[in-house]
Amino acid sequence: MDKMNKKEYQKYVERKVPKPTYFKNILYAFVVGGIICVFGQIIRNFLLKYGLDEKSVAAGTSIVLIFTGAFLTGIGIYDKIGKIGGAGAAIPITGFANSIVSPAMEFKREGFIFGVAARMFSIAGPVLVYGVGSSVIVGILYLILTKGR
Amino acid sequence: MALKRIGAQTVKLSNPPSIISTASIVGPKEGEGPLKDYFDIILEDDMWGQESFEKSEAKIQEEAIKLAISNANLSPNDIEYLFAGDLLNQIITSSYSARQLNIPFFGLYGACSTMTESLSLGAMIIDGQFADKVVCATSSHFSSAERQFRFPLEYGSQRTFSAQWTVTGGGATVLSSTGNGPYITYITTGKIVDLGIVDVNNMGGAMAPAAIDTISQHFKDTGYNPVDYDLIITGDLGLVGKKIILDLLRKEGYDLSENYSDCGIKIFDGVEQDTHAGGSGCGCAAVVFNGYIYKEMMKRNLNRVLLIATGALHSSISTLQGESIPGIAHAVTIDNMIS
Repeated sequence: MDKMNKKEYQKYVERKVPKPTYFKNILYAFVVGGIICVFGQIIRNFLLKYGLDEKSVAAGTSIVLIFTGAFLTGIGIYDKIGKIGGAGAAIPITGFANSIVSPAMEFKREGFIFGVAARMFSIAGPVLVYGVGSSVIVGILYLILTKGR
Repeated sequence: MALKRIGAQTVKLSNPPSIISTASIVGPKEGEGPLKDYFDIILEDDMWGQESFEKSEAKIQEEAIKLAISNANLSPNDIEYLFAGDLLNQIITSSYSARQLNIPFFGLYGACSTMTESLSLGAMIIDGQFADKVVCATSSHFSSAERQFRFPLEYGSQRTFSAQWTVTGGGATVLSSTGNGPYITYITTGKIVDLGIVDVNNMGGAMAPAAIDTISQHFKDTGYNPVDYDLIITGDLGLVGKKIILDLLRKEGYDLSENYSDCGIKIFDGVEQDTHAGGSGCGCAAVVFNGYIYKEMMKRNLNRVLLIATGALHSSISTLQGESIPGIAHAVTIDNMIS
């Protein structure tokens, strides 16, 4: 043990850890993410058929997907979808709903203010901060580059 | 003059305390595992009628302590010290369970090494004639550990292959100055060893160097060899840690391939139960020792066991600040015979 320094040991451990099954993970992410998108398309077509305009359809589709993600989280199914689908389940808006509803449920025991409300964005918070932040930067760049045209 | 010290880190107990009873309580998943027949109580519901996972864990520990005491035909008033610890911040599980018991209490934090830390201190207190009866206990709960260290239960995340599954369970051991064994004969107290692993999903890799350090020191101090033991078992190194232990100890001249195991590997069927690298948590070593090992020793299927519970002494704050994980391992020799 004394013969091995920290760097050598870390390299040694890396070799002992089983490698993630990349191909399987990517395939599952593609399939699960694809199914969620197809579901989104079905909702969109359905709403268009009932005569909603483009803008309302976009909002309506998001609303239905977010509700579905939240509902499946509430009845304990979305974590299983996430386990199989990985990024395919996390990146669509249903995954965003899952990341907000799951801590809200988890921390209910700590009360509605310091539990549910305070912890609700513990996973989604960074996405919101940097998502909104980068959109502001892009917006300013757009304004400068196009000189308001 | 420290008469009982042998070597650099070991004590040899001159009046070895006897383990006079144990108790183990586990959650539903552990109750479906390969060791299910060894546990005293298997819960059907891991909330156990409580309002929170933390309360459930405190109840598991409290009931395990009470059960161990009553298995020895004693009452809490007969116990002079309680040594207990757990994983939650400020060891609330142990404090809330001790609140119900009215026994003089030493709270310990050794993370998952707590079982052998408590056995070490309890045995030395008895051997030093400061007490006749002590209880050593610890517990962990999958759901209370997840919410403190990882993600909410319903969050859809994937676990890496080196990740481990925190055991829901609690175990307690009653040690006595008199009794017919098994006895605690040697104690090798570990030092912190940290070889710079920062990945909290690879506890086995982080803690293995500490276990290797303690095990090889134990052999040097006591003069025992691996073949002198029927079983050499670490607390929760899992599959990754096992590979490292066998490999690196062989390089130091100790071949453990015949009689080495790990509580985290024993408690779950990794493939069937999807626990990746195995079980972990204070409760892992606690229920495997107080359930499986103790009962096998009573049946004389095992006569001399080296139990090395292993702890990862980081916190969620140190992890976020990028600190590596300090590992610790305490070894205890449990023997059916005393020379």
